[in-house]
Amino acid sequence: MIQVTITQAMTALGLLLAIIGLWGILTRRNIIRIIIAFTILDTGVHLIMVGLGYVTKGTAPILDGELAALGTLNVVDPVPSALVLTAIVIGLAVTALMLSYAIRLYQTYHTLSIDEIKEMKW
Amino acid sequence: MIKRLLIIVALATIALGLFPLVWGMQEARTLSGVARYYVVNGAEDYGAANLVTAVVVSYRGLDTLGEVAVLFVATAGIVLLLGSAKEPVLLDRKSHAEGESEPEPDMGTERREGSPLLKTGAALLFPIILLFGVYIFVNGHLTPGGGFQGGVVIASAVVLLLMANSEMHMKHGLLNMIEALSGATYVAIGLLGMWLAAGFLDPRFLPSGEFGALFSAGAIPLIYSLIGMKVGSELTGVMESLRRKA
Repeated sequence: MIQVTITQAMTALGLLLAIIGLWGILTRRNIIRIIIAFTILDTGVHLIMVGLGYVTKGTAPILDGELAALGTLNVVDPVPSALVLTAIVIGLAVTALMLSYAIRLYQTYHTLSIDEIKEMKW
Repeated sequence: MIKRLLIIVALATIALGLFPLVWGMQEARTLSGVARYYVVNGAEDYGAANLVTAVVVSYRGLDTLGEVAVLFVATAGIVLLLGSAKEPVLLDRKSHAEGESEPEPDMGTERREGSPLLKTGAALLFPIILLFGVYIFVNGHLTPGGGFQGGVVIASAVVLLLMANSEMHMKHGLLNMIEALSGATYVAIGLLGMWLAAGFLDPRFLPSGEFGALFSAGAIPLIYSLIGMKVGSELTGVMESLRRKA
């Protein structure tokens, strides 16, 4: 039996989510669904980043009494956590920006399907 | 059809190319490099119990300032897109010219009044969620959480309130003022660190206090609270803009 580590499981799951998101971006025609696919891709990338920072049997990098009992270095890498923490909020803002573009497109073209919007095609 | 096939082939190539990389990833036994330095010296350097906060606010403080700037630019874009009073220009399209009796599409402007259950629940929960958000960012240097998370919790409380009361509007001027003030104070604290301590955004110009206490870790709680207020007011403004225009 193959031993699957947590890092492997998390990064593989993140890759799966990223592929699903890319597939959605490439194949969907409804702009709202494209935005949803984009957030799925976002989540996959976050999972990969957090998974890379995992240390075997590590706990949260917060120095308190419980950690003192375990030994100081038995924590996960704090740097990917810090990066993902801000990336989630930025992702939220970017999603809101995309949704406001969708609102404007709908108000102008009265459709959400990108096939109907031909002005930008060549 | 051929397009779909090409997409599937492209995705399969990406998946097959990246999967060995992902699967071959060995789990780290111990920390190494810069992460090890942060964990070993974090408490001594900045006195913050939550090392993620120490990384976000101090070690990588400049990056966080950049992230806050990105958030600001995204919000500015949303307000630019949705906030203008002018109605969008309708393009002259064939379908419009032919079928003149096309019904006006439902733009979601018709709002139903929230049910009494939602209204009462929102009124009851709003102050509690707000307080929870403030708790999260004030304790950002001690417990999991911080400015970004606390700000998002505050914005979620506002979303609940906006859903319950269809006629309610947030004051844009007040939100902008809170956002601008906290952003400017954040940069001012950074400059103060350059003047009184080792460099830009160095929080050690305030006494580091007792390790693990609420008032400790220099200016880290102050900076994180300002980030929390900025993120909270920014996202509240975003929700308000999206709802007003939608």
